[in-house]
Amino acid sequence: MSETLSEPAAGPVEPAREPILEVRDLVKHFPVRVGVLFKHTVGQVRAVDGVSFDLFRGETLGVVGESGCGKSTLAQVLMRLEPPTSGGARFEGRDIFRMRGAELRKLRRSIQIVLQDPYTSLNPRMTVGDIVGEPFDIHPEVAPKDSRAGKVRELLDVVGLNPEHLNRYPHQFSGGQRQRIGIARALALRPDVIICDEPVSALDVSIQAQVMNLLGELQSEFGLSYVFIAHDLSVVRHLSDRVAVMYLGKIVEVGTEEQIYSHPMHPYTQALLSAVPVADPTVRGQRQVIRLEGDVPSPVDPPSGCRFRTRCWKAQEICAEEEPELVARGGGHPSACHFAEERSVVP
Amino acid sequence: MSDVAADPAGTGVVPDAPLLEVDDLFVEFHTRDGVAKVLNGVSYHVDAGETLAVLGESGSGKSVTAQAIMGILDVPPAVVAGGAIRYRGENLLEASDQRRTEVRAEGIAMIFQDALSALNPVFTVGFQIEEQLRVRLGMTRKQARAQAVELLDLVRIPNAKRRIRQYPHEFSGGMRQRAMIAMSLALDPEVLIADEPTTALDVTVQAQIMDLLAEIQAERRMGLILITHDLGVVAEVADRIAVMYAGRIVEHADAVSLYRMPGHPYTAALMESLPRLDLKGAELNTIKGLPPSLLNIPPGCPFHPRCAMAVTRCTEEVPGDHRLGLGRTSKCHFAEELVTRV
Repeated sequence: MSETLSEPAAGPVEPAREPILEVRDLVKHFPVRVGVLFKHTVGQVRAVDGVSFDLFRGETLGVVGESGCGKSTLAQVLMRLEPPTSGGARFEGRDIFRMRGAELRKLRRSIQIVLQDPYTSLNPRMTVGDIVGEPFDIHPEVAPKDSRAGKVRELLDVVGLNPEHLNRYPHQFSGGQRQRIGIARALALRPDVIICDEPVSALDVSIQAQVMNLLGELQSEFGLSYVFIAHDLSVVRHLSDRVAVMYLGKIVEVGTEEQIYSHPMHPYTQALLSAVPVADPTVRGQRQVIRLEGDVPSPVDPPSGCRFRTRCWKAQEICAEEEPELVARGGGHPSACHFAEERSVVP
Repeated sequence: MSDVAADPAGTGVVPDAPLLEVDDLFVEFHTRDGVAKVLNGVSYHVDAGETLAVLGESGSGKSVTAQAIMGILDVPPAVVAGGAIRYRGENLLEASDQRRTEVRAEGIAMIFQDALSALNPVFTVGFQIEEQLRVRLGMTRKQARAQAVELLDLVRIPNAKRRIRQYPHEFSGGMRQRAMIAMSLALDPEVLIADEPTTALDVTVQAQIMDLLAEIQAERRMGLILITHDLGVVAEVADRIAVMYAGRIVEHADAVSLYRMPGHPYTAALMESLPRLDLKGAELNTIKGLPPSLLNIPPGCPFHPRCAMAVTRCTEEVPGDHRLGLGRTSKCHFAEELVTRV
């Protein structure tokens, strides 16, 4: 790993920057089917239910939320692994869901993904060289055949693996090293956007820090934009310029890393932040912790109005009747709560 | 620690003995590739009403120690190569199978990280809680059912009467973990071992479960051994902390001292590699390299290949326990310097 790390990418406030990825009202519902012979649909899992955001060049947008909030489905739809139910997304101004043929192939080069589980996302029967080189088989225009071995070595070197280990198999590597292999594979086609779906959740603390530093270095080196999906709020803060908080398929609050962590407006964000244990035994029992009751409701049958109202201590009648929009509510950044109010919860 | 339970025969109850004590435990795994030295002299103890956190990364031996205490190691490949595990002064490693079963049910209980695979999918949650009540306490079905409902109420599962007839897959992750806690409490154990109880859960649910555990522990004055890799969770609940690395306890201290001034370079490095919630840092300090292979633990201090402070002595001489006062120990040649630096 290189010794120096350049300045973290500037926030989205920098002028004259066009979004590289614009997502508008993206919806993905999965049908719930019953029956063996005569299947019929009895409901919809509203995994992603109207999500909009912009991703700027060189920026990291963190997406946080608990399991089942739709963050991984969002990644799959943006990768065009699943068709959206409705809504759109534009990459450099062009609608990614209308792309076909050569244009789609080009898109696939530009948006890559790093997956959570380094144990199941690498083919155990392929060597590391084949795994990292496979993108070149699909997109031969990126690297002519005779230069491939060199490219693969270069990629392994970039992610901090020994290029001599080209002929080893995934099981010969540790979890952190495997995640590096996955990152090298994502980098192979020189993408503009990498969607990181929980890239460090499966790793131990000491290894997690190594991979996070690597992601930061690669971003400044290659000018990458990240959509960084994770449930660990500290990890997201460390890497993100802006953060979107998701709950049951919707973004409930979005803002810069500073706005979300130091000036959270939405009760869910506040509860989430306050629930993170603090690694300092001297503040034990003195910290204000907002305890949420119960579990996240089922996305098949989300509550009417505001989806968080069933667990919210501020909920009133209006919350059941009217869905709050994601708009700025006096705090400088958008939050979807009728009673949005800044409350600092991180000590 | 070991001199406290001075009962050379290792049998019978010693009045002043700690509730549960692991003394210089060695465990090896005999694998095709050689002998993996998974535990290399682990000692810790827990008393009633006290929380001991065992902190370590994957492969450090924290779960194997727990499995050895419970007597659920896979033998073979695992072999207990030395040491003792004393429950109220009685060495469990020398106890009969029947006695171990008794202790396992009524003395020491354990909950696991993944509640879905720890629960049996083909029996209802109620049946699984009631089974031990009927077998061990000789309750009738009816009594056991009533008791099980009470236990589910205790762990705050809403609508316990209906829930008790459901199967584990009908429970959410947090509910399953609650059900497993209820099951572990059924026979009123004196020691509860919680192996990464909240690792698979979301933060808001994690907070609920940790609250519940703390409350139940205080009420019943249980000894709690919390096994985790999460420095945040440890800081919130632990009285004492044992940090494990490569099958050894490299540092042992009370929670406040350990976080204020780590006495081992590994502990210090772990804390520095943690991203923070309260500010956005620049580059994280990392621990270079990987934990050692247990098939081939480096000579000298096992942490020396990754340690920024390592000198030649560290590669040759295995550091013993350095006593740092207030019951703190550290297995580092430079432990005294570490805790006295400003």
